[in-house]
Order: sequence, then structure tokens, then C-alpha cells
Amino acid sequence: MTTSRREFIQIGGAGLGAAALGSGLTTKWWGLDPDVVHDPGTDGDQVIPTFCELCFWKCGVLAHVKDGKVTKLVGNPEHPLSRGKLCPRGTGGTGLLYDPDRLKKPLLRKSTKRGGQEFEEVSWEKALDFTAEKLLKIKKTCGPDKVALFSHGFGGSFFKHLLFAYGSANVTAPSYGQCRGPREVGFNLTYGASLGSPEVLDIAHSRCLTLIGSHLGENMHNTQVQDFAQMIAKGGQLVVVDPRFSTAAGKARYWLPIKPGTDMALLLAWIHVILNEGLYDRDYVEKNATGLEELRAHVADKTPEWAFTETTIPASTIVETARFIAGARPASLIHPGRHVTWYGDDVQRSRAIAILNALLGSWGRRGGIFVPTQMSVPKYPVPEYSEKAKAAQDHPDGVIYPFAEEVLSHGVCDATVPGRILTKGCPIKGWIVYGSNLLQALPQRKNVEEAIQKLDLLVTIDVLPAEIVGYADVVLPEATYLERWDDVAPVPWSEPFLAIRQQVVPPMYESKPGWWIAKELAKRLDLGQYFPWESGEQLVTERLKAGGYDVEKLKAKGVVKGTPVPVRTDEGLELSFATPSKKIELYSKRMADAGLPPLPPYTRHEQPADGQFRLLFGRTPTHTFGRTTNNRFLSEVYSENEVWLNAKAAKEQGLASGEVVTLVNQDGVRSQPVKLKVTQRIRPDCVFVVHGYGHTNPGLKFAKGRGMDDQTLVTRIAVDPVAGTTGMSVNFVTIEKMTGEKSAGAAPAAKAEA
Amino acid sequence: MSATKSAAKRYAMTVDTRQCVGCKACVLACKAENAVPDGFCRQWIVEEVRGEFPKLSAEIRSERCNHCTDAPCVKNCPTGASHVNEGGVVLVTHHKCSGCKACIAACPYDARFVHPEGYVDKCTFCLHRVQKGLSPACVGVCPTGTLTFGDASDPESAVSTMLRERRSKVNHPESGAGPNVHFLV
Repeated sequence: MTTSRREFIQIGGAGLGAAALGSGLTTKWWGLDPDVVHDPGTDGDQVIPTFCELCFWKCGVLAHVKDGKVTKLVGNPEHPLSRGKLCPRGTGGTGLLYDPDRLKKPLLRKSTKRGGQEFEEVSWEKALDFTAEKLLKIKKTCGPDKVALFSHGFGGSFFKHLLFAYGSANVTAPSYGQCRGPREVGFNLTYGASLGSPEVLDIAHSRCLTLIGSHLGENMHNTQVQDFAQMIAKGGQLVVVDPRFSTAAGKARYWLPIKPGTDMALLLAWIHVILNEGLYDRDYVEKNATGLEELRAHVADKTPEWAFTETTIPASTIVETARFIAGARPASLIHPGRHVTWYGDDVQRSRAIAILNALLGSWGRRGGIFVPTQMSVPKYPVPEYSEKAKAAQDHPDGVIYPFAEEVLSHGVCDATVPGRILTKGCPIKGWIVYGSNLLQALPQRKNVEEAIQKLDLLVTIDVLPAEIVGYADVVLPEATYLERWDDVAPVPWSEPFLAIRQQVVPPMYESKPGWWIAKELAKRLDLGQYFPWESGEQLVTERLKAGGYDVEKLKAKGVVKGTPVPVRTDEGLELSFATPSKKIELYSKRMADAGLPPLPPYTRHEQPADGQFRLLFGRTPTHTFGRTTNNRFLSEVYSENEVWLNAKAAKEQGLASGEVVTLVNQDGVRSQPVKLKVTQRIRPDCVFVVHGYGHTNPGLKFAKGRGMDDQTLVTRIAVDPVAGTTGMSVNFVTIEKMTGEKSAGAAPAAKAEA
Repeated sequence: MSATKSAAKRYAMTVDTRQCVGCKACVLACKAENAVPDGFCRQWIVEEVRGEFPKLSAEIRSERCNHCTDAPCVKNCPTGASHVNEGGVVLVTHHKCSGCKACIAACPYDARFVHPEGYVDKCTFCLHRVQKGLSPACVGVCPTGTLTFGDASDPESAVSTMLRERRSKVNHPESGAGPNVHFLV
């Protein structure tokens, strides 16, 4: 090696003299040392495929394990939902696995009142015995249907099985009644099929994608965002309807900053224009749909001029966008949304979206909505459920929501409080809560807390001390998704595939996998015959073998794929619809028969008064609401929410960015202190926050006290008459500046941690 | 000395601002891959919104060290720790760095920070992966296909194609440093 003059100068000019040179002597002389390409050494000795649980999309990940530690998680290139890529949350699984605040041992409540936060650490034996004893007592005194399971996440399957075996059908999740329920009902009524999760959307091939309140890019469902970006790359266009200038709006051909609560007017006006100008897919509609004439009559007076007065979107823009959207059909998709529980007429709005998609001919078409395929795995042989599960608890007031497809979480909540429900008999006495922080997920927190206090038993199975855990009688610490085998369940998708979740590292602390917890409880409930497997791995292995799958290959690759079948008409799919008429039902006779409007009516929703703002909430790409806000790794890039307020409105209110404020809702309920983000990116009649902050459980040492919890302010709900789901964007707030003393409790800035 | 050993290669990156949603998967995948310590990131997202409601436009950029052709950090490094490695990638040899921060002051992009272990750290274009034929971690993870990495001296490479076919710009062209991260607009 030759040494240049410059390097000699560098050695001489190091400037730190003898001390620096002295320390350098332990290695080599600086200037003569070769340049180094440092390898951070995060490649695993072992790379184990599994799938993610940072959200519920189920992307395939490859876990790098080195010296028994998970060093990094990368996308599995073989997995159709990740295609080798991950969203930011998926990379942050280590932040969950190594969260120092994890639940480490089973806990029993010591405090007399639920929520007192005093627990004693007990053995698994004691915690399980206690739980089983209480469950047996409820079964004996009130019947098994008086126990409900709230479940969110893939591992909940073992507890669903346990509950059915025990004799209750009260399996519920806020992800239905407080999230995507109305969409599923609306599409089911129209097409005889719902959209599921992951949604069966062929966005990658769309020529035009219309988003209504859906904030793709901030809502980071991996495959969907990949498809979204591919669509943009190929020149696909976006129409974004959102009171907020979302990330997607920033990429849109048209951004329609609609007045919140008036989306239905825009949808009906679009239908009006598309029918009036004959822009719809005549052949498709004629062949596949019923009720066109009724629809035409229904929207006759829903002119763009009328819609302007409701939505504040100029009539000319409504006409122009209707033509633009129709011009791209059938590869023109009106995104059905995901979190759609907004104003209480959410099924009807979802119906309007379903109808519009039908007029564009997008169902079953390339660039529209595909009809998924799914692999099959034989069930593990277990006895039939012996006690026939009784009809699910629905909702108080004796109202039956004929089109609700799942038990409603808030209904179960109400059915727990004596006197709040009109049905006869014993109220619900026991809750098993799996991975669902009901206190941040359900509206009307007071009602939830009241229900909790009425229970005979509240068991939580969780990884972290979410707020609900603080109210439990028994806390059962579950192993994270990286430490356990889960059951196998094929995902309906555009290509048939089967993926497994396998243990990457052994469970830390005294946490246990869900399959073990459920099996141990079953034993104590005399239901052991329903859990004959020795382990999660054995359950999965046996099922795979019975299905003729190559188990070793699945373990090595994490995924196998089946033979593709047509999922769109251009691939050879024949359209069929599981509705009573076997057609797309633009006009819904089923709804008419149930005494509900068979075509989506326009309801004028209350608007905030002067000085009030409608409270809207949503997501940030790095978090899955409260589930990840204690994840220190993910919080490196987003660690507390802030309230978005329009710049002009802020000026009128005398408020500036960064100021600490509190939001006060129409019922006088106050939020935690939160920072203000003054921005041009939102209408002046609403505010926006990212959901899942403002944790109060002291066990969440990182997240506690950061930002505000929006759900506390959702004291008012609008119950959907079709599905019983709860519209929650009906709360109005005023903004109060915090004085210096009050704001002292506000969360520190992200970087202050460093 | 390294600049000559691989004069043929010129690693560069394109960032498609039309595709990027600013999700920060790149930032976090980089942190995991490179075991970047708590409180630090080698990459960052810039969201630039212009205009007044409702007439707005936005640009989102995934940013990092530009691995400048005429890198001010290398010129200003008194110890030779900051150097030009294979393909023009600017690296810091940890044990040669005294943590004097001259490079931090010289960098037009604020791309550098002092690692808690005392040396200056920044994006390496994941050269340790690139040398094994892999893409940088940020490129590998990106769900939107925003990032393209490759040899800009090879006209057949994906990054050259991008630069040829799309309009692009660089940050702070006035610095004269010759940045090699290009933003497609």
C-alpha cells in the first residue's frame, strides 16, 4: 500500500497530539490503517419465517435471530401480503418483544375496586384455578352465555374455541361495531359478500381510485399501500374526499375538502350525474344488477347544485369528478374504507359506495374488487360443541339489528349492566378480554367503566398493561407473536396461499402462548377434550399433514402457494352474487322488508356551532393505535399525537402551533393536555388527532402521559339503525389554552428522550 | 486512496417523491439493520406543504446522506476517518474518528451525528449489504417502491434509467458538493 502525502498530513494534523496517538497505538496508526466497511452484524445465525401481528394484516416476516435475540425483521419475499416489504410497524416487532413494560407474570387483583391498579404476582396455577372457578360458577348460576369474549388479533382463535366449547356465542370485537362493520353489512346487502381484511381490492390495476375519508399512506396496510404506489407509478389517478389534506390528497388529481358529515350528498350527486349522463356501465348493470329504475328515481333530485349546499364542494367540481371517475371504469374503484363508523348512517353510506362501484362495473373486474380464493386446511378433530351456544347478546332497547353479522361489543357492554337492557334474565357476568383495550376502543367510557364494575369476572390476556388490564381481576400475560405458535388459518386473497406463525424465540419471563393458556383453562373447565393437542406446533403440524402440505417446507419458507384461480372477469371469472335475487341489489328488498330505507337516503347531520370543531381521528403510519404507542422503537419517529387545527381558525382562537391545549367536548368532558399543530391541511370546522394516545396505565411507562385519548371525548354516539354499529365522529369540541402550570404535565418532545 | 480503487462505480439513489407516503419504514428498517442507537436515526422524512387551504400542494422526501462526489465532510476530516469507499460511498472508519465534529459542521445536509460510542455516524448506503449483492435496508423495505439504488455509471442500471427517464432534482445544489441522492418529481 502506498501512502499519499495527504494521509501523512492527516496523521500530523490530527490535532489531538499525544493523547490521541496514544489511544491509537492500541490498534494501528490511524493514517496507515485501511478504511473499514463496518458490518453492524444484525444478520441472524438463523432466519425464521412467521407473520406479523403489529397490526392485523398478517404480512409475512423473516425474523433474524442471533445469539437467541431477534435482531431485525424483514419482509418475506415469498409471502403475497408482504412481497418482501414491510410497513414501518412491521420492522418494529422487536420493540414489542423487548418492551421492558411487558406483562411478565400472572396477576391477581388486590384492590377492592376494579381499576385500583393493585395486583399481586401469582403462579399460573393459581391464576388459572381462580379464573376457572369463577367461570364454572357463572355457568352454574346464570348459564354459559353470560360470559363474553372480546378478541382482537390472530391468537384469539384459541379463546373463541374455548368460549364456544364452554357454551357461549358472545364472541365480539370492537373492530366490527366500532370500525368496519357498516362496510361489511353495506356490501353484503348489495353484493352478497363482504370485503374482509385484507380487503379484496385490486388497487394496483386501478386507473382511478377514489378515497372517501380513507387515508392510505397514513393507514399503512402493507399490500394495499404497495398496490396504491404501483397504481400511481403506472399513472393511475386519485380522487380524494377528505376534510383533511391527507398524504393521499397530496398526490391526488382532485382533492375535495368536504364538510364532514355530508359524504352521502356527494355520493348521491355522483350517482345522479353518472346516471343522468349515461356514464355507467350499461351492459354490466343490465346483466348483473337489479333496481336501476328505483335508483334513478331516488337520485333524480340529488343534483350537484343541491349537493353543493350540503358539502361545500362546487357543483362544477362534482360534475367534473363524476365524469373523471366514470371515465376510468371499470378500473375505477371507490374505496370502501375501513374505519367507517362515523355518523350513524354508515351502512347506508357504504351501500351508496357499493352502488357507485356497481355502476362503474368494478366488482369482479381488473382494477376493481376481486373475488378472493382461499386454501383449505382440515380441522383438527375435536368433539362437537356440546352445549348449543345461545343467541348472541345484541344490544339494549330490545332492538334487533337484523343485518348485524357479529355480536356488537357495545351491546355486550350494555347487556352487562342490569336495567340497561330490556331482555329478560341474568346480565352478562364475565368478560374475557383478549388483546383489546376496551377503554380506548369503545365509546362512552363511563358506560364501559360501569359495566366493568358490575362483572363477576374480568380476565385479560395481553402482552402489555393496556388500560383494560388495570381493571382486570386476573391478568394472564401472553407471549408475543414472535414467541408462539398460533393456529393456522388461510387468508382469502387474490392468490391462494397458506402461511404459518411459528415460534421464533422462546417466551420471555413467565409469559405463555395463547394455545397453552386456553388449553389449561379448558382442562379446569372440564373441556379438555376440545384441546387435545400437545402444543401449538403439534396442532398446526397435524392440520397441515392432514391437508397434504409439506410441513418442513412451510416451516422453512413460512408460506406455500396454491394453484391460481380466476379472481376477476379478465382472468375468466364468472360473476355470481349470493343475494336473494342472485344479482347486485342496487335497490335492497331485504332492507325494505325490514322497514329500512331500501336506497340510501340523505340525512343532514348536526354541525358544530361557531367556536366548536368536529373531532375527527385517524392513524399515523408508524402506529396501530394504542397497541403500539408504548413501542419505543416505533416511537423514535412518532411519540405523541397532536391536534391538527386549521391556521385561520387558530388565528381566530389566538392559538399557535406547539401550544399545549385541552379539548372540551359538548358534554364538558376534557381531554388530556395535548400539543397543537396549526396547519393549512384541514378545514376550519374540524380538528384531527391520531387515535391511541393518552394512555393512563402507569405500567405503560413510555406511553403514559403522551398526547391525548380521543375516545374519552366520544361521549356521544350515533347508533346505526341497520347494523347497530356506533358512529363516533359526532362529537364537537372547543379548544382551551392551558396555562403554564396546567400544561406542565404535557408529554415531552420525542427527541428529549435522547 | 479508495476513490481510485473503484473509480468505475458510482453508487447513487433516486427517491420518487410521487410514490413516497412518508411512512418512515426506511428510517426504521435502517435503524434495525444498522443497530442505530436509541434516539438517533440515519434517515429522515421531509414533508413540504405549500399554499393555503384549500389550495395546497405537498412533496414528501425520504432523505439521508448524499454521498457527495466532492464530499465536504471528507475534505474537512482531520483524521481520515471520513473517507470515500467503494462506488463513491462516503464512510466513517469508527476507530479513526475523534468525534471532533468538523464533518458535522461541513455537511450541507445535516446528515451526521455523534454516535454514543464517540465516533460520527451516518448513512452508509448499507455498503456492507451492497458488497454482498443486497440492496440497502431502506430500499429493501420500502413498500411504495420509492427508492432505487444502483450504479449511476452503468447506463443499464435501474438508477440510471430513472435519472434518464424522469425529471429530478437534488437538495442544496448550491453546495457544489455533488450530491448523489436524486429526487424524482
